[in-house]
Amino acid sequence: MGKPQIRSTLALGALAILVAAGVPASAKVEGDTIVLGAAVSLTGKYSTNGKNTQDGYELAVARVNEKGGVQVGDKTYKLKVVYYDDESTPARAAQLAERLINQDGVKFLLGPYSSGLTKAIAPVTEKYKIPMVEGNGASLSLFKEGYRYLFATLSTTEFYLKEAVNLAAMTAQAAGRDPAELKVAMAFENDPFSQDIRAGVTEDAERWGMKVVVDDKLPPELNDMAATLTKIKAVKPDLLLVSGHTKGATLAVRQTAEMRVEVPMIAITHCDSAQVAETLGSAAEYFLCASQWDRSLSYRDDWFGSAEEYAQLFEATYDYSPPYQAAESTAAVLVFVDALQRAGSFDTEEVRDAIAATDMQTFYGNIKFDETGKNIAKPMVLYQVQDGQYKVVAPTDWASAKLIHPRRLPE
Amino acid sequence: MSNLLIGAVFALAAYGMALVWGVMNVVNICQGEFVMLGGYTAYFLFKAGVHPLVGIPVAAVLLFVFGWLLYRAVIFRVVDKDLFISILATFGLSILLQQLANQLFGADVRTADAGFRTLFFFDNMVTVSVVKIVAFGAALLVGAILMLFLKKSRLGQAIRATAQNARAARIMGIDTGRVYATTYALNAAICGAAGALVAMTWLIHPYLGLPYTVRSFMIVILAGLGNVAAVLAAGLGLGAAENFAGFILGAEYQSAFVFALLVAILLWRRFWLDRTRGYLK
Amino acid sequence: MPPTASRLLLIGLVVLALAAPWLAPAYRTQISFLWVMIIFALTWDILGGQMGYNSFGNVVFFGVGMYGCAVIQRDTGLDYYPALCLGMTAGAALAVTLAAVLGSGLLGLRGHYFAIATLGLGFAAGEFASGWDFIGAGSGMVTPLYPGEVGDRESFFYFLLLALTVVTFFVLRRLYSGRFGLAINAIRDDEDKAEAMGIRTTLYKTTAWCVSAFFLGVTGAAVGNLIGFIDPRDVAFAGPTFGVWMVLMAILGGKGTLWGPVLGATVFHITQELFWTYLLGWQRVALGLVILAIVLFFPLGILGWARERWPERFGHAVEERPATGEGAS
Repeated sequence: MGKPQIRSTLALGALAILVAAGVPASAKVEGDTIVLGAAVSLTGKYSTNGKNTQDGYELAVARVNEKGGVQVGDKTYKLKVVYYDDESTPARAAQLAERLINQDGVKFLLGPYSSGLTKAIAPVTEKYKIPMVEGNGASLSLFKEGYRYLFATLSTTEFYLKEAVNLAAMTAQAAGRDPAELKVAMAFENDPFSQDIRAGVTEDAERWGMKVVVDDKLPPELNDMAATLTKIKAVKPDLLLVSGHTKGATLAVRQTAEMRVEVPMIAITHCDSAQVAETLGSAAEYFLCASQWDRSLSYRDDWFGSAEEYAQLFEATYDYSPPYQAAESTAAVLVFVDALQRAGSFDTEEVRDAIAATDMQTFYGNIKFDETGKNIAKPMVLYQVQDGQYKVVAPTDWASAKLIHPRRLPE
Repeated sequence: MSNLLIGAVFALAAYGMALVWGVMNVVNICQGEFVMLGGYTAYFLFKAGVHPLVGIPVAAVLLFVFGWLLYRAVIFRVVDKDLFISILATFGLSILLQQLANQLFGADVRTADAGFRTLFFFDNMVTVSVVKIVAFGAALLVGAILMLFLKKSRLGQAIRATAQNARAARIMGIDTGRVYATTYALNAAICGAAGALVAMTWLIHPYLGLPYTVRSFMIVILAGLGNVAAVLAAGLGLGAAENFAGFILGAEYQSAFVFALLVAILLWRRFWLDRTRGYLK
Repeated sequence: MPPTASRLLLIGLVVLALAAPWLAPAYRTQISFLWVMIIFALTWDILGGQMGYNSFGNVVFFGVGMYGCAVIQRDTGLDYYPALCLGMTAGAALAVTLAAVLGSGLLGLRGHYFAIATLGLGFAAGEFASGWDFIGAGSGMVTPLYPGEVGDRESFFYFLLLALTVVTFFVLRRLYSGRFGLAINAIRDDEDKAEAMGIRTTLYKTTAWCVSAFFLGVTGAAVGNLIGFIDPRDVAFAGPTFGVWMVLMAILGGKGTLWGPVLGATVFHITQELFWTYLLGWQRVALGLVILAIVLFFPLGILGWARERWPERFGHAVEERPATGEGAS
């Protein structure tokens, strides 16, 4: 020990730390620009939806700046977002949130993609009392921790497939059957988001007295769900529920067709971001899909106009049709814009209170937070794939097509 | 029945790994990434209107070239080094390839649906999709070609000679550098073919590699190096065992079962050898 | 080098580490992770460098410590500090027990079979944890919020992890300089001969793994609280990240030495943080290239390279025998 080069290398290392520490942290407001921060998944297993999230944020920022910016007090400001890549892992996300707050001096955070990552970041923002508006952490458990600085523009997990369970029960009643006779099969990915959906539907199924016959947790790296589907074929359920981000959606559609799993009603999540109707054609017919938002809905706001106009702008900018993950992210930025304008200040407490008092309509839907921070003003919709199109079939107020039941197998 | 067929694709990737391991003493961790790249080749051809079955040989040829280049650029440096160095170097390659694929192709889940039918027996209770049978057949075919190639062809004999004793082979005038490059490229080609099958049968995304690498590992350890038939049998057995575990224990323990099985197999072999004070090496 | 100089260097480093939270308060968490990385590399090197057993599964002990602590914190209903203390003790105890049980079986495997078995072990642990509802299954666990003021938490964990690093370093230095170090080095150089010489190899091997597991278990318990959210595959049993990094860091610095892992972890952590900031989206590509460069061009690590370059400067350091870069099997 104690050799000169070790010493000098160590000294160099120490120096590097100090130099890195010396880089000045940027402030929350640089000149006439308000800096928001976000850790999004640009790489790793969530990078498709992470990209949707980032595109949603960027579109909002571009639009707001184009239309003159945000008026806070008597001055108008431009918006800017600092991004880091959380690599789809919670460990990184938590560190990055801290880095955004401590090193970049960001005072307002936008959420990451997925409930797991939001779960990792929420304790950090809570500790620093930094408001975070997120559009992609739907897990109900996030809103049971009593977080004061966390706000979500989306409907929480228990609503995702609730409508499908109710729909199954009501169709059974209409056909003169007792909903309690229905058998339900479930296959949910083993991550916070899907497991919370599972908790939600289990409750609904219990309320109707339905029997859960298959209840599998799909490992995230599973590339084949044949084992689960074999079981499902054997027990012949009346309703099959699957959730596993885009991979789960693609697998479910492809393999149910391939293995000819005959279930009268199948409801899944993420089928629009997985583009199942576009890539898998007839195999996707009559699948029910939970969605936070649809371009055909009649919401509108001053920034983007109607939902359809938002969708067109998004397509023109990014060359793909906006999945709801992008829309809810855009809405998160609009919440900040609205709250900053009403607060008329950059004080985090005042902005937090202004966010809590939000009551607005956006192209994405109405936004009003309850005391836990989740949006209670916007319902989920349920699509059915009919002739390769996503048609809203529930709730009935928004429906643009009638539910086709039972599901017929594609030939 | 269809569960058995899954193992065929694992067996393909494992052939390649056994080959490289046996001949070059290199454990190739980026095996799964070759599968992934083969899958993307087939997918893009499919998008361009080429039938995925045609994509299999094309993917194999493209990956052969890729493997050759990779050998000339990187792998030749680790051939005569410690096995552990090769594990780390190819691990580095594997995250490099994953991320490049993510940046270039996007992270979307993709599939090349070849439009094969499904066969039904016994009132739809047993289904076998034709695509899986095709995959199975292709795996057997590639295995047979490989075996013939190693037994009969001049280059195949050179590869086997190098595997037995590289120094002796060099003295006998075999260009071992070329043998290594061919072996590595051949491995990439086999994985590429497997990848095309994966794209046809299931789905592909940039991060699918790891399960294939790990399962190749297990199969090779079970079957040993240089026994193509045993590799195939182990691959099929693993595919079946895994699905059976998923069926009995629930899908959440399916992967856990596979990895626990790996540890158990190694332990069993260790205690078996321990009776004679031998050990695995 | 006279011993006073190395002592001065050590004291200087410790002073610098103690002063860092005031010098760069915004970087406390990042430097805390540097301590974690140093512990990773140091504990991996006990088996990988000094004993010649390359393990890819050490991350299991880290995860077990993390979960053990989180369960204690959740279920005992104690206040924050008592629960954390008890949790860390329990985490360490669990990890050591596991190492003793697994070690008696797995350490009978040699060379790359050991590496592969431990790789399987790491993955299996992650998969079991994500299927087990008692510890939250795939939804993970949230550790309790730290009770103090804003910023106290960072300082608390900074000093906790710093203390752990220093203790790990000195315990290992003590161990390596005694009979234990000689015995495990003998196992690395030739296990059969070592056994023939009367060294109780199984006992030494298992003990070495237990030492490694102890520090990893305690660290895991602390890191679980530092991060605040435990995900079975990405935080606790993060084989493809933490599990492989510990190996890389030790090799980068020079395995089989005491300072090598420390140096390797420092260089690796700083490089990675810089990539992460300046190469948005491409950081993993850069990391892959760096890993390749390390193993292809510096298979002996920075210290090994320096030793080949300037052998005379290492000549009179008796305890520093040449690192065996090809130490496996």
